[in-house]
Amino acid sequence: MIRFDRVSVTYDGATAPVLRDVELDIPEGELCLVVGPTGAGKSSLLGAVNGLVPHFTGGTLAGRVTVAGRDTAHHPPRELAELVGVVSQDPLAGFVTDTVEQELAYGMEQLAVPAAVMRKRVEETLDLLGLAELRDRPLYELSGGQQQRVAIGSVLTAHPRVLVLDEPTSALDPTAAEEVLSAITRLVHDLGVTVLLAEHRLERVVQYADRVVYLAGDGSVTAGSPAEIFRHTSVAPPVVDLGRLAGWRPLPLSVRDARRAAGPLRAELAGREPAENTLVEQAESLTARRVLVRHGELIAVREVDLTLRRSQISALMGRNGSGKSSLLWALQGSGPRQSGTVVVRGTDPKRLPVAEARRLVGLVPQTPTDLLYLDTVAAELAQADRESGRPVGTARQLLDRLTPGITAELHPRDLSAGQQLSLVLAIQLTALPEVLLLDEPTRGLDYQAKQALLGMLRTVAGEGRSVLVATHDVEFVAAVADRVLVLAEGELVADGPTAQVIVASPAFAPQTAKILSPLRFLTVQQVSDALAGADR
Amino acid sequence: MPARASTGRRIPRGLHPVAWWLWAAGLAVAVSRTSNPLLLAMVLAVLGYVVSARRTDAGWARGFKYYLWFALIVVAIRVVFRSVFASPVTPDDHILFSLPRLPMPGWYAGVQLGGPVSLEASLSAALDGLRLACILCCIGAANSLANPKRALRVLPGALYELGVAVTVSISVAPQLIDSVRRVHRARQLRAGRRAGVRGLRSVAVPVLEDALARSLQLAAAMDSRGYGRTGTASRASRRLTAALLLLGVVGLAAGMYGLLDNTLPAAFGLPVLLAGSLLCCGGLLAGNRRVSRTSYRPDPWRAPEWLVSGSGLLCAALLIVAGSVAPAALNPSLYPLSWPPLPVLPTIAILLAATAGVAAPPPPARLPVAGRPVPARTRVAA
Repeated sequence: MIRFDRVSVTYDGATAPVLRDVELDIPEGELCLVVGPTGAGKSSLLGAVNGLVPHFTGGTLAGRVTVAGRDTAHHPPRELAELVGVVSQDPLAGFVTDTVEQELAYGMEQLAVPAAVMRKRVEETLDLLGLAELRDRPLYELSGGQQQRVAIGSVLTAHPRVLVLDEPTSALDPTAAEEVLSAITRLVHDLGVTVLLAEHRLERVVQYADRVVYLAGDGSVTAGSPAEIFRHTSVAPPVVDLGRLAGWRPLPLSVRDARRAAGPLRAELAGREPAENTLVEQAESLTARRVLVRHGELIAVREVDLTLRRSQISALMGRNGSGKSSLLWALQGSGPRQSGTVVVRGTDPKRLPVAEARRLVGLVPQTPTDLLYLDTVAAELAQADRESGRPVGTARQLLDRLTPGITAELHPRDLSAGQQLSLVLAIQLTALPEVLLLDEPTRGLDYQAKQALLGMLRTVAGEGRSVLVATHDVEFVAAVADRVLVLAEGELVADGPTAQVIVASPAFAPQTAKILSPLRFLTVQQVSDALAGADR
Repeated sequence: MPARASTGRRIPRGLHPVAWWLWAAGLAVAVSRTSNPLLLAMVLAVLGYVVSARRTDAGWARGFKYYLWFALIVVAIRVVFRSVFASPVTPDDHILFSLPRLPMPGWYAGVQLGGPVSLEASLSAALDGLRLACILCCIGAANSLANPKRALRVLPGALYELGVAVTVSISVAPQLIDSVRRVHRARQLRAGRRAGVRGLRSVAVPVLEDALARSLQLAAAMDSRGYGRTGTASRASRRLTAALLLLGVVGLAAGMYGLLDNTLPAAFGLPVLLAGSLLCCGGLLAGNRRVSRTSYRPDPWRAPEWLVSGSGLLCAALLIVAGSVAPAALNPSLYPLSWPPLPVLPTIAILLAATAGVAAPPPPARLPVAGRPVPARTRVAA
């Protein structure tokens, strides 16, 4: 169905090709997962299927890409629209019309499908993706998962034979991600659509893949069955990591397969306890009492009591819309807070001018690039030094400690997601705040970048500060947090040590915990430490 | 043709947008023929009634009150300007008060500031302003009754790309506002408000970069979904279509202006309008032959559409006729100052336009969304 024949892609002004001599043959009806670290060329590979690379993005493509016999060199993307459907990471940016029904019909209108056929296909697609009761709703009112399903539906109505998805679940909470993934697998199994999917958060999707294409980052591409490829990749979900550590053959990809193979490992670890970070009662750094945040009629945070302690990393979890962002902004002092008290070092950050509040509580928002407005990294760092009243070079040192190797002349928008996050983190840390808040920092980060972020947060906590991270990513929370708070409908429903809170519920448990339950190991690192400790 | 049940419930649906625009255009033409304040007030009342009776709950439909405020501002500006800039005063005028005269330099001697302010001058300015305001409100009513995006979908195939460009730019505005709000909030995290160019730059640059990135994503998405397929049209035929359409639109605009402005000779308005429409139709036919695009659930044109557009156009025609039959009643003189008359034919014509509020089917009701009263617009609120 899709053939790549010695394909090399080089962008204008780049020294090395992004993809080099790629040979790939994807048969019909397969779910093919594209994995690799950030910057390895996944988006270029997916764009080449459709013809967006090079017709839309520019650059040079050597070799041939054929989709169902049609060569993309002779067919620009609009000619391939009835054959290939493309869904991107941000569905709202790709919507052309106002309501769900019109969006579903838009693609067919461009392809001159007769009116009666259009009506029928819209109804079928609404049923297939479970959108029937949303048909008249405006698109901006939908939740993230619903928007992503509408985006899939809008390309599906043209009845394409190939569906290309670039990180569809990165912005979604676990439940919404499950909805989208089950819709995709239904397409593969019921309709025989060939699906090409690029993802960072592999733990949810690796069990459904029929084939994995791994991009190592040097331009080369290897393809094969998941069990083969994951033996040697640098990016792997926890279940694969555990399988590699324990030497299971064949490599299990789902929690169920791993549990079947995990008998001997469970027996070996039976007597041992994981090295848990016990919650030593440190001094309080931030105390919040009865915080109420209201957006018009809607109550986002309903009288929440919260205490953050020094040198502790806490995680704030909850589904989209539960009030996490509102709470973080209220704690920082810049967001609305209708009642309640927040005390950091004896003062309320809301009453202080911005420059002072920054020194008490620093916040890294959901879109870190909102804070960047200068032309080069060096200019941003110099500005950060000026704003925080610190000697010249402080921000640069912080950035080098967090992520070395970012050249000063780069434009901030040209950095990868992980590098942008470290830049903004360095800018906020220049003010040396007591408390650091991060709003969904793991979005768009691959496993290596998440490891780097983990190290950064441990360093920050080690200096005596408190860290509060709002995130969906259970694996990240299991690795980094000492304490977990769960927010639902604006109220705190759980607050306790990590091991207690996230193992208790099946939806929140990390993969390692699910595989090794009833043992309370949360991460592969804990397992390997326990095994190494026993060997000594 | 489906019968309109007089006693049973009518099926709610949205009226064809062109019908509303024709109705509003007819009313605007009618308004431009008169400066009688009673008639103008009646037109405003009719507009208010029809908008409140037939408007939907969508966001774009709630803007009519802003047009009314704008109308008030227009009238106020006119009166103030006429009062400030001295105008010749006749002995019959009732002087309200006198503003001190400001001497102007010699090279600006044509304009005089200050001087006596007479009732007649203020009234004349107010009536002029009211007429302009009524025309603005007619357009505002059309915007509130007909979804502008659905109106653009009606554009024939040859003008399709233009319509899409306008549609996309209409959707960009709320995204930009959202972006500005988010970036403004993020500024609080870094340095707070900064005055001057620096502060503006720190908000403008991220917003513009964001907008650029989103527009590229939108373009890629539209390209991937097949937008821009030219079918089999050749370059020469596309140029011909474009030329015909351009000339036709110019003719339409000139003809419309001729109808609205009654200082031009009558021979100018209608023939130019007809010539323009012929050219437009020619261009559209030439363009439609080759374009391959279909329309999903196009709005039907049925009896209510005929009734609504007919009532507006009939109102315009009747007022043009009344203008030639009894011009004094349509534009009452201010000397001597007396209460304006209420002429019969124009009144009937305007009330006829009000029947659109009954002839149009009731708007479809939006079912309330269970649960969240506020839409979770972006991830900002969560």
